[in-house]
Amino acid sequence: MCAKTFKGGIHPHDHKHFSNHKAIEKFPAPEKLYIPLIQHIGRPALPIVKVGDEVKKGQKIAEADGFVSIPLHSPVSGKVTKIGPYPHPTGTIQHAIEIENDARNEWISKLIDDEQYFALSAEKMKGRIQEAGICGMGGAGFPTHVKLSPPENRPIDTVILNGVECEPYLTSDHRLMLEYPEDIIAGLRIIMKILGAKRGYIGIELNKKNAITIFKQMLRDQKNINVVPCMLRYPQGAEKQLIYAATKRKVPAGGLPMDVGVVVQNVGTAFAIYEALRYHKPLIERITTISGAIVNEPKNLKVPIGTPLSQLLEYCGGTSEEIGKIISGGPMMGFALPDMEAPATKTTSGFVFLGNKEVIDTTEAPCLHCGRCVDACPMNLVPSFIADNVKNGQYEEAMKLSVLDCMECGSCGYVCPSHIQLVQWIKIGKLEVNKLKRQDK
Amino acid sequence: MSLVNVSCSPHLHEQVSVRRVMWTVVIALLPALLAAYLFFGWRSIWITILGVIAAVGTEALVQFLTKKPITISDGSAVVTGMLLAFNLPPLTPWWIPVIGSVFAITIGKQIFGGLGYNPVNPALLGRAFLMASWPVQMTTGWATKLANAGISTVSGLKQTLITGGDTQLQNLITSATPLNLAQQIRGDIIAGTAGDSARTIFHQLSSLDYIKELFWGNIGGCIGEVSAAALILGAAILVYKHYIEWRIPIGYIGTVAFLSWMVGGIDGLFSGPILFHIFSGGLILGAFFMATDMVTTPVTKNGRLIFGIGCGLLTVVIRTWGGYPEGVSYSILIMNVATPFIDKITPQKPFGYRKKSKK
Repeated sequence: MCAKTFKGGIHPHDHKHFSNHKAIEKFPAPEKLYIPLIQHIGRPALPIVKVGDEVKKGQKIAEADGFVSIPLHSPVSGKVTKIGPYPHPTGTIQHAIEIENDARNEWISKLIDDEQYFALSAEKMKGRIQEAGICGMGGAGFPTHVKLSPPENRPIDTVILNGVECEPYLTSDHRLMLEYPEDIIAGLRIIMKILGAKRGYIGIELNKKNAITIFKQMLRDQKNINVVPCMLRYPQGAEKQLIYAATKRKVPAGGLPMDVGVVVQNVGTAFAIYEALRYHKPLIERITTISGAIVNEPKNLKVPIGTPLSQLLEYCGGTSEEIGKIISGGPMMGFALPDMEAPATKTTSGFVFLGNKEVIDTTEAPCLHCGRCVDACPMNLVPSFIADNVKNGQYEEAMKLSVLDCMECGSCGYVCPSHIQLVQWIKIGKLEVNKLKRQDK
Repeated sequence: MSLVNVSCSPHLHEQVSVRRVMWTVVIALLPALLAAYLFFGWRSIWITILGVIAAVGTEALVQFLTKKPITISDGSAVVTGMLLAFNLPPLTPWWIPVIGSVFAITIGKQIFGGLGYNPVNPALLGRAFLMASWPVQMTTGWATKLANAGISTVSGLKQTLITGGDTQLQNLITSATPLNLAQQIRGDIIAGTAGDSARTIFHQLSSLDYIKELFWGNIGGCIGEVSAAALILGAAILVYKHYIEWRIPIGYIGTVAFLSWMVGGIDGLFSGPILFHIFSGGLILGAFFMATDMVTTPVTKNGRLIFGIGCGLLTVVIRTWGGYPEGVSYSILIMNVATPFIDKITPQKPFGYRKKSKK
């Protein structure tokens, strides 16, 4: 088995042993759910229900606002009790629809089993995906139907499923791959059919050997779909890095995967696509990992979208000591939350809890110019120089140093001996550079 | 629920800090210090301790006087003191390391704002200052050591000398380091003023037997540069920990190897003794511990390679045509000054960079 990888990157401890052996458990729908109108990249969905409306499970409660947006569906049957600002798992406050669960679990229409789904035309398939409100479930949350509609001058020959899951602690994709491999492969075939792609790859990191074995077994007679075992290296799951590992193609700086004929989808997205096509099931639940050394019973849960974090932690037996940090997403790119009110959304791959001893020191010392951030950067940037320029307000310089190519993977901050908050400075720099660019236009 | 911490990602860290890096460098320098003790005796440890105490004391004093937080526990002053002492002859007077350290810390480091802001390597600046002010004390003080140390090969050399009857050379061999000796002999040979015995000595110096002595450290030289083996052992720790990276040391040593092979011999071009040039003088110490000083070297990958190659080029130029027998410290100092410029002319190309951004 020859594992593939990319240049740069880091080797953090993966901490996956807390939950990688725990089968997915279905989390019972809570009494109240909070469904944020924005869970994806693009415009927020527009509510089509009013306070006081009765809704059924799977009923559409918000409409996509334009092409780059997705509709939302109710994960339970019950009543809309409020539409207003509510904590969001990105650490911000966003509008959300509050639904009171009536515990009757009534679907809006019976789930069907359309065995002939694969005979549908590519356009029909895409339409069904769009209606199901599916967005990328790896973290960024780009609307899937948009990703599946590349312009005609960008032919796609390769689809890569991202099962790398390089963020420490998270195991939701891993469990999904172990428990639903056929469905994931079916999802991949759908994506390949829609895009007319001839080749498919499934990228999996070597710390999920059992998943690699399962997929190799299932794909042994398939010539056009291959498993790509990837070296343990963060951020192996970053889109451009995974494409490079699987195909040796380099996505141009500032470009998109489709520029090199590739579309990457998360394994969770492929699973959701399969369910949407075969069962007409909208995206109302997802697999989420609740983990951390201080969590009493780390779990992989099938969670209705909109479930508040506090209830998920309670279901996992709480924590054994005082919580030092609550992270929504993985610890490398996730957001630190001030409390546990925020709900799980379509892009929530996990929540990680750190004890006070595990919280890292963020006091900055002077830069030593050691260049470790340069060696760690998978995008081959100079994070220390970018941070320096941003600190001094020299955004033009930061732009020249390609600050916009940064994907904020956090490798630089991870290795910095001076504990400089490089990602924070770079995030500020990106905002300011984008402002400058808008002014120029 | 009690308050929780909130900060920007990443929320994990490699658990590396300035303090850890610096103290690891100190540990990595210990094998060389042990070698110095074995070959030169207690005196070398004493000189090193003096250098360290002076460096740490000066750092504390300057920071106290300028009302800055006192950061002596980060170990960077210890490293400076050690490296300075490592560049001194073992029998140098006791006040040499003290004055050198005081100068290195005040003028070389604190005057610019402390760790992270110094443009050149403080220890090397201290050495340059000592070299300019007390050249005699800086270039003697190893004579007896060489005579004592030369159990096998050096006595063989002496035998050659006695039979050859060349008294001028005999004086040289008891008053210089091997590199110094080789360079002077080479100069004489090229100028045509040396006899056949000089040729023999030069060839013996570059013989495999003598290289072995050089490698293990059974030679005369500065405190820290004596044993290449001990230095490489220490450097391996830093490489393993990813505290130093291959580009500077390999670029440096590779360039010295190639150029000294090209111009460092006595039988015309491409006859130079490569291994002799690598293991003699301060090259190993310089390439792994001083040219890799984080603060004063380029950040970009290509910049680091250029820095290493530049150091190598200057070292060979100074060794071959310069007034000093050893060029390691001056070449590193010169390249230190060029560092901001090197960083400027070697921008990193982002992943997927294409020359013309087509729209």
